[in-house]
Amino acid sequence: MTATLEHRLPKSRQALQPGTIEARDFSFWYGKKQALNNISLIVPPSSVTALIGPSGCGKSTFLRSINRLNDLIPGIRHEGDLSLDGQSIFDKDLDVVALRQRVGMVFQRWNPFPKSIYDNVAYGARINGVTRSSELDEVVERSLRRAALWDEVKDRLRTSALGLSGGQQQRVCIARALANQPEVLLLDEPASALDPGSTQKIEELVYELKRELTIVIVTHNLQQAARASDHTAFFFSGQLVELGPTDQIFTRPREERTDAYITGRFG
Amino acid sequence: MTAIPADSAPKDRRRLAVHRVEIGDRIYEILTTACALVVPALVTAIAIAIFAAAWPALTKLSASIITSSDWDVGAGRFGAAPALFGTIVSSAVALVIATPLAIGVAIFLSEFSPRWLRQPVGFLVDLLAAVPSVVYGLWGIFVLIPMLREHVMPFLRDTLHLGATPFFSGAAYGPSMLAAGVILAIMALPYISAVSREVLLAVPRSQREAALALGATRWEMIRDAVVPYAKSGIIGGIMLGLGRALGETMAVTMVIGNRPEISASLFAPGYTMASLIANEFSEATSDLHLSALMAVGAVLFIITLIVNAIARWLVWQVSRERAI
Ligand SMILES: Nc1ncnc2c1ncn2[C@@H]1O[C@H](COP(=O)(O)OP(=O)(O)OP(=O)(O)O)[C@@H](O)[C@H]1O
Ligand SMILES: [Mg+2]
Repeated sequence: MTATLEHRLPKSRQALQPGTIEARDFSFWYGKKQALNNISLIVPPSSVTALIGPSGCGKSTFLRSINRLNDLIPGIRHEGDLSLDGQSIFDKDLDVVALRQRVGMVFQRWNPFPKSIYDNVAYGARINGVTRSSELDEVVERSLRRAALWDEVKDRLRTSALGLSGGQQQRVCIARALANQPEVLLLDEPASALDPGSTQKIEELVYELKRELTIVIVTHNLQQAARASDHTAFFFSGQLVELGPTDQIFTRPREERTDAYITGRFG
Repeated sequence: MTAIPADSAPKDRRRLAVHRVEIGDRIYEILTTACALVVPALVTAIAIAIFAAAWPALTKLSASIITSSDWDVGAGRFGAAPALFGTIVSSAVALVIATPLAIGVAIFLSEFSPRWLRQPVGFLVDLLAAVPSVVYGLWGIFVLIPMLREHVMPFLRDTLHLGATPFFSGAAYGPSMLAAGVILAIMALPYISAVSREVLLAVPRSQREAALALGATRWEMIRDAVVPYAKSGIIGGIMLGLGRALGETMAVTMVIGNRPEISASLFAPGYTMASLIANEFSEATSDLHLSALMAVGAVLFIITLIVNAIARWLVWQVSRERAI
């Protein structure tokens, strides 16, 4: 099964563009429990890569490893390496805070701060020391426009983000992440708790955004993966079973287990 | 074998069972309702008793009981303004000292301390609430007051030059508003810290992760995501501590100096309403004197009610802010 990947690994490091994520023999443990087993893959820049697989197969673990959000959990351990633009994210010289500004993340359950829409979106800029209000206004407007939310909220920027609909709150979270101008955006089931209309908005947004940044999206919704992504990686009990162009994975999967999963025979 | 219809026994048992459940539910309902009614009934009864006993003094002395500083039992003048002042100031000093400390302890315990340290340190802090107040009073007399007199007061007044302000000027006798404030701070601290710790631990992980994923440092996460989210609960804890400080009697009586005077300086001795009542109640002979003490009690009662109302209002404000 690694053989299917060999052709995707670059011959030289020069092939890497900004926003390229690479995993090499990456394994991950929560205490004694191994959640990821020898993952090797490359996520190419300016594209959408979908992670699919049954519940508990390690999709979120992999995603949360990329911005080192798992660091908070006691007793974790990893082997192998993950790199962003050729630099290991476990490098001792790497500043985790800076890494998380380059790698934005949006969660399944939207989690705006109990503050105004404006303050939510301006948060990243503020902690980076931006205080001039003209500059903040600009960041907020630009980010909300990129998140396709500006027109809906421009008259109520100072009201609480929690007063918005679920889909709007999720887009506030996306705008908040975009305000940091990340190279990579990680989305962990961003639409699984949303109605179809909001889901569609998010999918369209993902499609727009991939021109500017690398997107990795975890989803249980296979149609969504098929519609929105360029590449699809199928995970199964901590292993990467297959990675390839989305249309190939969905029409001509190489692995029997992938076929079984996408045709709904298990999972 | 006797001729019992085959199905009658189980049917009876079922009917009995249904009956038993209904009665059980009913008894449970009556019991819990009764318990729930006892509390407000008790509070109302206490309030009525206090105000009835205070009535003669309230009608005779009216507002002078809280505006006048003249407390002369022989002459029948009962002005408890210094005690009211002392209650408020000593509690305010206590909060100023205890709040940052308690929140610091709570943040340490919920965010920084290793898991194994959380339990024992939390337990020790909680233990502060279990120490009898007379023990605090003794500690105040034998340890705190000498320390304040020899070191803290001269340091504040002379070394920091705070003596230039009216609040830290004058002679350092020891028994003082400051001593009372410090003792009350120690007594209020476990309440504020225990409540704050709980609400900080209850902040959802999604809020912490939201901040971290945006590139916040741990400290920024605590400041911007954790504490604001826990704000209403922390305010509730502070008000609980304030309630503790307002009503505390024994320890304060032992260290405040019991002098019914209003002074701007925290080094000066003072008085509190609770101390006043405790000191004079057993010796009160005239009916008016007794009634005046009851009136002081009624004022204290009202103040605690107001504090609680403010706490409710603040908590409500914060949670409404979150819901808009
Ligand atoms: N904090 C944790 N501590 C211990 N084990 C964990 C922790 N988080 C996840 N796991 C375990 O690691 C494995 C992978 O979990 P992960 O959350 O990555 O799965 P997932 O593919 O995202 O699943 P889902 O589709 O349900 O979100 C699971 O078996 C899970 O039980
Ligand atoms: Mg998951």
